[in-house]
Amino acid sequence: MSTASAPGAPSSLGGALSDTAALTGRHLRHLRRTPEKIIAVALTPVAMVVILGYLFASVVSVGAGEYHDYVMAGVFAQVGLTCVGITGLGVAGDLGKGLIDRFRSLPVARPAVLVSHTAADLVPAMCSMAAVGGVGLLVGWRVERGVLPALGGFALLIAFAYAMLWLGALLGMLMRNAEAINGIGALVLVVFSFLSSSFMPLSGLPAWLRSVAEWNPVSSVAESCRVLWGNAPASTGSSLPVEHPVLVASVTIGAMIAVLVPVCLRLFRTAAAR
Amino acid sequence: MEIAIQATGLGKRYGQTRALDGVGLEVRTGTVLGLLGHNGAGKTTTVRILATLLEPDSGSARVAGFDVVREPREVRRRIGLAGQYAAVDELLTGRENLALLGTLLKLGRRRARSRAEELLASFELEQAADRPVRTYSGGMRRRLDLAACLISSPQVLFLDEPTTGLDPASRMALWRMVREQVELGVTVLLTTQYLEEADSLADRIMVFGSGQVLAEGTADELKRKVGQEWLEISLPEGGDATGSALDQAVSALAPVSASAPTVDASSRTVALPVGADRTGTIAASAAALEARGVEVADFALRRPSLDDVFFQLTGEQTPVSTSEEKS
Repeated sequence: MSTASAPGAPSSLGGALSDTAALTGRHLRHLRRTPEKIIAVALTPVAMVVILGYLFASVVSVGAGEYHDYVMAGVFAQVGLTCVGITGLGVAGDLGKGLIDRFRSLPVARPAVLVSHTAADLVPAMCSMAAVGGVGLLVGWRVERGVLPALGGFALLIAFAYAMLWLGALLGMLMRNAEAINGIGALVLVVFSFLSSSFMPLSGLPAWLRSVAEWNPVSSVAESCRVLWGNAPASTGSSLPVEHPVLVASVTIGAMIAVLVPVCLRLFRTAAAR
Repeated sequence: MEIAIQATGLGKRYGQTRALDGVGLEVRTGTVLGLLGHNGAGKTTTVRILATLLEPDSGSARVAGFDVVREPREVRRRIGLAGQYAAVDELLTGRENLALLGTLLKLGRRRARSRAEELLASFELEQAADRPVRTYSGGMRRRLDLAACLISSPQVLFLDEPTTGLDPASRMALWRMVREQVELGVTVLLTTQYLEEADSLADRIMVFGSGQVLAEGTADELKRKVGQEWLEISLPEGGDATGSALDQAVSALAPVSASAPTVDASSRTVALPVGADRTGTIAASAAALEARGVEVADFALRRPSLDDVFFQLTGEQTPVSTSEEKS
């Protein structure tokens, strides 16, 4: 058997990058051809801005600030949670149709398949955030601090969304079934966004539930954004996530990515279409 | 003669079930091995191990000269896999599907594109090349799927139930395309549930059952293994109402064969076993019938069909045999 006649350069970083780029191109083509997917993802958070920021704003009070300022950070963080379903469905679909088998039977760098999935799925996540921001501006939300802290807040949101995309990849490989993934995705969305300071200050909760909610990464991400955007942080207390939300959010997100990525890549090695 | 695929003692467990239990096989370069068996017999598991998708619990295998566990990357550069589903991207066009795989195989942009053109032409997909695959028929998807696994001109091709769910015309087209590859020197390992497909495509056949190889050989060898050949003589319909022609035939044939001929009055056929001396038995039978003046509608040497082989080996009830072969 001559080695020369077989295609596929030996494994290298360049090869891995080119595989990732090619597969990311595939996912971006998907998005261009099914823009309705992006709209579907953005729909719930946009509705939340309208409902909470516009309808509830008149009856809910969060201390010093305006409720629509308070709630925006929470809705942005919620966009991150909706990301779980995006990659989950994408990965499960590729597994079910045997595409992952095909990629695995080719000399393709192993991480490229999942890395490209999650990288491309940042696009709908960011579109969703842009839509939320746009509608937020319409209902009166403003960033009160400078450009750099504002960008810092968005960077944190995107990092959180990225971690959630990997959680979605994990779910996709474990569940493989669109209905199940949608179900779990909806559960994650409801539990993690409502058991957090996204929409409501936590001061009214019993102590144990309050610390659970404070340590919920959604809370620290939302709190961080409020701090960075000068949007009426309304949480009071002496716990670490309340006093140092940016630090806690960054570390939590970093830890999630550091755990989820290797677990997903490991699972991918044995993932098989059934 | 070179060996393209070689496996010994492959074993794989899923929890309590033994999916594979000591499977060994050898496929010579440029030939087709067909794996026959029920769902769950171990065919797909075997293919997945050989295509480096699954690691065996025990045993070893070499494909295109490389060990599937230790050198999977080298194996992957030399194989093409068409799984049970047409693994093509529904949202991309046929051309984009092939170009993507060409890029992943590092053919380079230009070669990837020209190879895609070549394959679209030879698989009769040029017309549909720029349509999303979503709009393709089942047969077109399968053709694209096969084209996709040929991008790299692989030395070894794994086809897992390549024609399941296809209409007869698409199936024939796919068979032709597989044969073309074999003529180019490609080694093919194919699993199928269609005995006809194994009979028509495969040089050698392996019958799988409960994770083991039950039998191996050419289609003819397997058929001979299962049962004797027999001579089947049919008499014309309605020749006589009393059935005396049938009696005449039986008494003419009785001295020819070692055991008594069996008679099926409803179909007006007489069957008698044929031993080693086939020509002798045929000549003697014909002569005996002629001597008695028995009119014959059909006179044929029959052997067990692959269905008979399959059902006997896998321990299932033989259905009323409908596809007996003339030889």
